[in-house]
Amino acid sequence: MSLKRIDLLICCGSGCVSAGALKIKERFHEVLADKGIANEVNIIETGCMGPCDYGPVMVVYPEGTFYKHVKVEDVEEIVSEHFVKGRPVQRLMLQEEERLIAAQKEVPFYQKQVKVALANCGYIDPESLEEYIATGGYEALGTVLTQMKPEEAIEVVKKSGLRGRGGGGFPTHIKWRLVHDIKADQKYIICNGDEGDPGAFMDRSLLEGDPHRILEGMMLGAYSIGASKGFFYIRAEYPLAIKRIKQAIAQAKEVGLMGENIFGSDFSFDAEVRTGAGAFVCGEEMALIHSLEGERGNPTPKPPYPAVKGLWEKPTVVNNVETMANLPTIFLKGAEWFSSMGTETSKGTKVFALTGDIQNTGLVEVPMGITLREMIFDVGGGMTDGHKFKAVQLGGPSGGCLTAEHLDVPVDYESLKERGAMMGSGGVIVMNDQKCMVNVAKFFVDFCVDESCGKCPPCRLGLKQMYNILDRITKGQGKESDLDELLRLGETISKLSLCGLGQTAPNPVLSTLRYFREEYEAHIRDKSCPNKVCTDLFHFSIDKDRCIGCSLCSRKCPATCISGSREEKFTINQVDCVKCGNCQDVCPVKAIDRIPGMHPEVVRHAEDLAKSEEE
Amino acid sequence: MKTLADLKKIREKAQEEMKLRGGNVRVKIVVGMGTSGIAMGAREVMKTFLEEISNRNLTDVLVTQTGEKGLSSMEPVVDLIEEGKAKVTYGNMNPDKVRKVVVEHIVNGRVVSDYVVATGD
Amino acid sequence: MYKEICTKYTPDKDNLICILHEIQDSHPQHYISEEAVQTVAEYLDLPPNHIYGVLTFYTMYSTKPRGKNIIRLCESPPCYIKGSENILRKLRELLGVKTGETTKDGVFTLELCACLGVCGNAPVMMVNNDVYGDLTEERVEEIIARIRRGNQ
Repeated sequence: MSLKRIDLLICCGSGCVSAGALKIKERFHEVLADKGIANEVNIIETGCMGPCDYGPVMVVYPEGTFYKHVKVEDVEEIVSEHFVKGRPVQRLMLQEEERLIAAQKEVPFYQKQVKVALANCGYIDPESLEEYIATGGYEALGTVLTQMKPEEAIEVVKKSGLRGRGGGGFPTHIKWRLVHDIKADQKYIICNGDEGDPGAFMDRSLLEGDPHRILEGMMLGAYSIGASKGFFYIRAEYPLAIKRIKQAIAQAKEVGLMGENIFGSDFSFDAEVRTGAGAFVCGEEMALIHSLEGERGNPTPKPPYPAVKGLWEKPTVVNNVETMANLPTIFLKGAEWFSSMGTETSKGTKVFALTGDIQNTGLVEVPMGITLREMIFDVGGGMTDGHKFKAVQLGGPSGGCLTAEHLDVPVDYESLKERGAMMGSGGVIVMNDQKCMVNVAKFFVDFCVDESCGKCPPCRLGLKQMYNILDRITKGQGKESDLDELLRLGETISKLSLCGLGQTAPNPVLSTLRYFREEYEAHIRDKSCPNKVCTDLFHFSIDKDRCIGCSLCSRKCPATCISGSREEKFTINQVDCVKCGNCQDVCPVKAIDRIPGMHPEVVRHAEDLAKSEEE
Repeated sequence: MKTLADLKKIREKAQEEMKLRGGNVRVKIVVGMGTSGIAMGAREVMKTFLEEISNRNLTDVLVTQTGEKGLSSMEPVVDLIEEGKAKVTYGNMNPDKVRKVVVEHIVNGRVVSDYVVATGD
Repeated sequence: MYKEICTKYTPDKDNLICILHEIQDSHPQHYISEEAVQTVAEYLDLPPNHIYGVLTFYTMYSTKPRGKNIIRLCESPPCYIKGSENILRKLRELLGVKTGETTKDGVFTLELCACLGVCGNAPVMMVNNDVYGDLTEERVEEIIARIRRGNQ
């Protein structure tokens, strides 16, 4: 006899877990037992609900009450006030311009979102096969296996307009058709879960939050191409995702949803999980395949494409996690429904990971064609701390940045490409006017230098050269010829690199040079970082008029380079200053400023050093 | 699981387990659980509703609660909300009356007018 | 011990990565020794230099002994713009080691790593398989202290 009258959904995506969600769940068990109502409340650990900035988040049904920033200390109050007395705890709910947001469906963050791939994330228990089935799971597979031929299934995917969601944007049906048409004794399908783009966590959330959906998508693909074996290649940094997919496979096998003659058809299928070991380049198809084979993850030239000679030289389709996640709904609701969303060339929805200097960081799914302005200011809630928008980096280290003049650009594959940017896998890093674009470009190149597999010289040597130039520029050692050299290197590396990593690695530099050239020039000509980020190109200065001589800065300085007295006020020894910023943080009257440019003392000191070295 | 029909059975059962999250709800019962309500026995009223609904397998009926309804002299108070019909508020409820309301009103569609203290909003 | 781990898998080259992970995770110092490499090479019938080639390619493997708790602080752009440099400085201060080193008591190893995929809660670090996000210098102190207590 079920006396359950409350479904308590606790978001247990990695973000909320890192903020303490599991401890909160434990506390709920304790308090509910204490109050004697444990049998009235269902506690469900769900996947990512999306708004990471509000985490830890929870939703209480049947009302759908949305709670944010929940702490372990809040649990008693939630139970006694809300669960026992029916009074939701208002201080844990969202306030939007004096209006209390009661239910999850009214939360502004969700208003422009359309959940297709993420439909179940945050709503179901990802460890429950039954809950996946309750939302329509495996209906698509059953229908396709019993009522459609593989060619017909491929036709549905063609009509839907689905393009690969991993960054390539390649039409999914073309890959499938290629492999379908090849006669071979063995074909494979691989799910690419090696999401490594900085700023991207879409695939992790899908694998953790709705693992059966990916399984079903994989099997729909396998049937269409004629593959009897599948592999999930998941990066080892995602232990929870690995656990959930393994569990889903075991659950599916137990009830016959995976194995021999699924749904009584001729289709038999088996899948396994394999992991990476910390190599971003293994997200590239051929590198991934070689890694699966037990080799170093070096990309190899294409053609031959994996569709022809893939895993163990058999025809193989490699699809991204999000691509697979869209498939069950495309078959359930129809290709016309899917293609009614989005733009002419980019159909459906896309999951984005919004990070950086915005109010609502987190996971969102929006129809293709939404503008950057809507994504950043409506869904993302605008900039934090009253700062202004400066740039947005899309597509991680392969992508370019866009600026305020592009805010009304629709987000779709072609529109972004035309402007030197890229949809990429969905990482969106929003930056405010306090950021230095030269520094940001340097960071992205550094990432690629680290992750380069080293096989081809343009990437291995060329990127390192680009990094060295950028490093010099940020340290005040830039030369006039550096900018042209960066452009030349960038073009060469893009043209000559073997794989996508090298081909796209110069993009952040090329796009920041295109839109923020004046910042580069200031670094080189004026030896100044206008945004006061590059440590060698700005300095701290104590304004004697505002200084009250309290000596707090001097006491907190780790380099003991601040001296003075109450009467004479305090001064920083610029040559010894390590630019940690402690002094500015602790000053009670905000008398310390960051000034762009090198302090004359430092310039003189460097000149003196150079002279004495010559002698 | 061998057929789409097998899948359907599992789906329907699972949907019932998940109905609190917004499934097919025909009747919603809201029990007033303010301090005065609880003092007058609202928890027993709630429990009885849950038992009866579970025993009769009423998959489209939901039980929930709310705070003070401001009708202290008539506690425990219960709202019965049905799609397309005016809200019915029952007062001075107890477990026996609950069982009658379940049979008469929820199952057989006949409002128990003796127990009604207000209708509509 | 290493042979036992190997025999859980069929002696095929494509099981190399899983075997190496299990060997590393089962060792209290989280590394893969020369002895382990020899055992794996024999089991999979591969030359040891192939195993080393793979070991040194992937950043999560270590051929040198490390501490009980591997701290991996994300240094990728989304964490960087949220202040991961300050967190690194704090960790170096608390542990008294440079990046890549292990504390003298063998409790912690400090490493930098690429994006961990929890960017909504930047800055982020992992300690073995546990993820910690929304890091501040205070939070880092608490976490390190708690783990130290747990290790006593």
